[in-house]
Amino acid sequence: MTRYFARKIGLYILAFWAGVTIDWAIPRLMPGNPIEAYLARFSLNSQGSWTALYKLFSKAFGYNLPLWDQYWHYWDNLFHGNLGISIYAFPEKVTTMVAQAAPYTLALLVPAIVLSYVLGNRIGAIAARRKILDNTVLPLGYLFQAMPYAWLALAAAFYLAQLERWFPVQGGSAVGIASGFTWAYIWGLVSHWFLPFLTVFLVSFGGWSIGMRNLVIYELETDYARYLRALGARSRLVRRYAYRNAVLPQLSGLALALGTVIGGNIVTEVVFQYPGLGHLIYIAATDQDYSLLQGIFIFIIAGVLVANFLIDIVYIVIDPRTRLSMQGAVA
Amino acid sequence: MSDVDQAATSSAPVAPGAPLTGVRAPGAAPVGGAPLGRKAYSGGRRWEFLYFAVRNKKLVLGLGVEIIFVLAAIIGPYFAPYPPKQFVAPAFLHPSAKHLFGTSYFGQDVFSLLLYSLRNSYLVGFLGAAFAGVIGLGIGFIAGWRGGWLDEILQTFTYIVVMIPSLVLLIVIGAYLKSHSAFFEGVFIGVTTWPWVARAVRAQTFTLRQRDFVDLARLSGKRGPAIVLKDIAPNMASYILLAFILLFGSSMLIAVNYDFLGLGPTSGISLGDMLNLAELWSGLQLHLWWWFIPPGAAMTIMVAALLVANVGLDEVFNPKLRET
Amino acid sequence: MSLSVRNLRIAYRTLRGDVQAVDDVTFSVADGEIMGLAGESGCGKSTLGNSLIYLEGRMRHLGGTVELDGKVLPISDDRAMNRHRMRDVSIIPQYAMSALNPTKKIGVLARDLLKSRGTKLAKVLPEFRRRVALVGLPDSVLEMYPFELSGGMRQRATMVISTLLNPSLLIADEVTSALDVSNQRAVGELLTEFRDRGYVKSMIVITHDLSILAQIADTIMVMYAGKLAEKADAGTIIDRPLHPYTQALLSSLPEVGVRYEEEELTGIPGRPPSLLDPPAGCRFRDRCPFAFDKCAEEPPFVELLPGHQVACWKAAQDVAGSAEREHEEAAR
Repeated sequence: MTRYFARKIGLYILAFWAGVTIDWAIPRLMPGNPIEAYLARFSLNSQGSWTALYKLFSKAFGYNLPLWDQYWHYWDNLFHGNLGISIYAFPEKVTTMVAQAAPYTLALLVPAIVLSYVLGNRIGAIAARRKILDNTVLPLGYLFQAMPYAWLALAAAFYLAQLERWFPVQGGSAVGIASGFTWAYIWGLVSHWFLPFLTVFLVSFGGWSIGMRNLVIYELETDYARYLRALGARSRLVRRYAYRNAVLPQLSGLALALGTVIGGNIVTEVVFQYPGLGHLIYIAATDQDYSLLQGIFIFIIAGVLVANFLIDIVYIVIDPRTRLSMQGAVA
Repeated sequence: MSDVDQAATSSAPVAPGAPLTGVRAPGAAPVGGAPLGRKAYSGGRRWEFLYFAVRNKKLVLGLGVEIIFVLAAIIGPYFAPYPPKQFVAPAFLHPSAKHLFGTSYFGQDVFSLLLYSLRNSYLVGFLGAAFAGVIGLGIGFIAGWRGGWLDEILQTFTYIVVMIPSLVLLIVIGAYLKSHSAFFEGVFIGVTTWPWVARAVRAQTFTLRQRDFVDLARLSGKRGPAIVLKDIAPNMASYILLAFILLFGSSMLIAVNYDFLGLGPTSGISLGDMLNLAELWSGLQLHLWWWFIPPGAAMTIMVAALLVANVGLDEVFNPKLRET
Repeated sequence: MSLSVRNLRIAYRTLRGDVQAVDDVTFSVADGEIMGLAGESGCGKSTLGNSLIYLEGRMRHLGGTVELDGKVLPISDDRAMNRHRMRDVSIIPQYAMSALNPTKKIGVLARDLLKSRGTKLAKVLPEFRRRVALVGLPDSVLEMYPFELSGGMRQRATMVISTLLNPSLLIADEVTSALDVSNQRAVGELLTEFRDRGYVKSMIVITHDLSILAQIADTIMVMYAGKLAEKADAGTIIDRPLHPYTQALLSSLPEVGVRYEEEELTGIPGRPPSLLDPPAGCRFRDRCPFAFDKCAEEPPFVELLPGHQVACWKAAQDVAGSAEREHEEAAR
């Protein structure tokens, strides 16, 4: 469409380029040589075989080429959907591994983000006008916000899984049940999903509800709300307007908060050993599986950008100001 | 403005996207409290501030709890019953009078570990907040003051930083960089969390620079940087303080994430390290709850106290929020 | 008698205590009358105007009654008041330029508001469009968002919405203060036009700008420090004011059309007393060049000349003196 969209898409492309470049540059900028680090895993005895292998791997990973060529190859591979081969799960392709892990992460993140956002907004808006709710939701919201993800996850795993045994402690699906479209298998998925979901949900929920409460209180003090009250508008109408306007900054906040939630999600997956991307990137890091690491990094950045794109679209739909500025109609 | 008493200037919305998302910090609108255009803190206002500060329960409570923890971090190690990392007792001991929080898998005294850990957590939190604050203020001021193409570039840069999840980046870096210090961790947190400060500061500088008193300063021949520091910044003083408190809390929380994944400082211990070790050595499966519950609880209290103090301070700065 | 206010007392709750912004005020506004309400900022004129329609959170009704068209307005009962808002009393607020929700089309806003008041937009739509044209806005305004309009256009849209249900009384709070001189004049003319066409029966125009009142008001009431100082026909107030404060206000106007500064009156040193703990006696005493012993006592707001009410001992003396002289002359 017009300028607004062109600008946004330009920003996405720029951000993606920056992400990929950083991803490419890190191994080359860091002290030490990734190939040396890699060869250290093989406990080689003779100097000769070390040199031979070094040459081999340098060539295989393209480290012997000039930097520009390496950079070019990197992009070329990327566009062909080739993120390299995992060392940790040799000879699995990185893309395959990412594709296997991604659904788990999405199943955690998407409902956790959407539900915490929607419910947090609702509850926060109600808390803005109900003293009782305000006095309970607010302190709870602050408490959840102040909790480290890792600790909330550990505490939940300990109490609800270890002690009460309501949920399995770790993993993504029930052990010993064949995957397939069976109730047992699906139940296994759901029961393993619940606690990590709850952790991510609760921390975010606290933030959204507090944010919404404060925004609605602020909106109820604005001139347009005063005018409506002075002219005898029903309080429901005033609240509806206030809520709708308060959602806008919350939505841009959602775009900004994505990185934090993703970080929390990684930690949570590690605690529950949930087989998503967070757990995978953790394993990749501890096993020094560089291609896998870089592949996941690119995938996550792409995911953040897609999420931002979706948020932008929602924003355009609910805020007439951006919609009109897109048509260049603003006075 | 209106008749009678408009002392209560507009209160302001949140800083959307702050790491502690919902926490209220006066955002885009002119900073509450101090009437803009006058010197923000003349003597009278300072006394008024103190008057309301000591009477605000949330501020006193939050600050009080925080001070206790800070003191524990500073002098705790001198009073810790046992050296932190040594194996002083049999493993798996339940909490008792002798070992307040029991002992770990290795027979370390958990209470002593906790006392020693507080320092690093505070240090990293402070470093992160300081760096994020300085970068955020700098970029926000420059973008808001200069405007134009420089603003465009800085905004684009800010946007890109927002788009790259910092934890993922650190995991990748951490895979290559084998050892690093608390200083590195603090700087890294600072370098990745400044965008929301920069955005808010930019928006406010933008509004403030159109005010009469800034025009006056400009006419009197003051240079840009002097105006920003002497005329604009003081009018945001309350906001900057509140933002710093939020940054402090969020930096400590982020550091827990990093340390938990083993990406923290390679020497020294922190609350996140304790969680990491408890997780690695099956504290969960062995039901050693006294190993991982106290460090997380301590962190929760430390951050919650900051948030409560922040809300209290906000009420002190913004008369409208005070309960009438 | 359209509006009749008796012994009205309104306070603001502040951190330092109650501020008596409107203190024992009694006046009336006739059908078809445009009454100007003037005074320095902080004198309580906005509080008085607002209290007739909506008491905000920190405002308290301490006493007194308000009657409109023979019915008592329950000003301290927010819910009961709703029935009267927009239909009987309406307001163009001080903040008229930002009074419209930025994310709602103006037509939608009007629809929602009317629904709250139990009317359908369709019923008043033709009239709505006519009035939109009258204030000089394009017909498409109903389909526009407030941010697509200029400040002045938004204010006019607010004027039309506020008066859609033909209220008996309209309070126009500082409607001209943010405008340049030519627009002030135009808005002033619109206000009289609204009255002449019967969109509103009577009007209270609150302003610190006496020159605009000279243009549009039938009567002018002057307030000082929460109290009424003087009320009379606009011409009388402008030409033959009796209260020393009114005289000072007028003399600080070098010529009609130039506004005096809000903060301080040139020619009258000092500032109004604090309303937290107002002094006894005449509140203008400390700044009044004519103050004498009697002023330690509070002057009553009484009709000294036909249709001319003043709260001032000095003025009372002068009027009595000249009346006596006339009497003597007549007797001779």
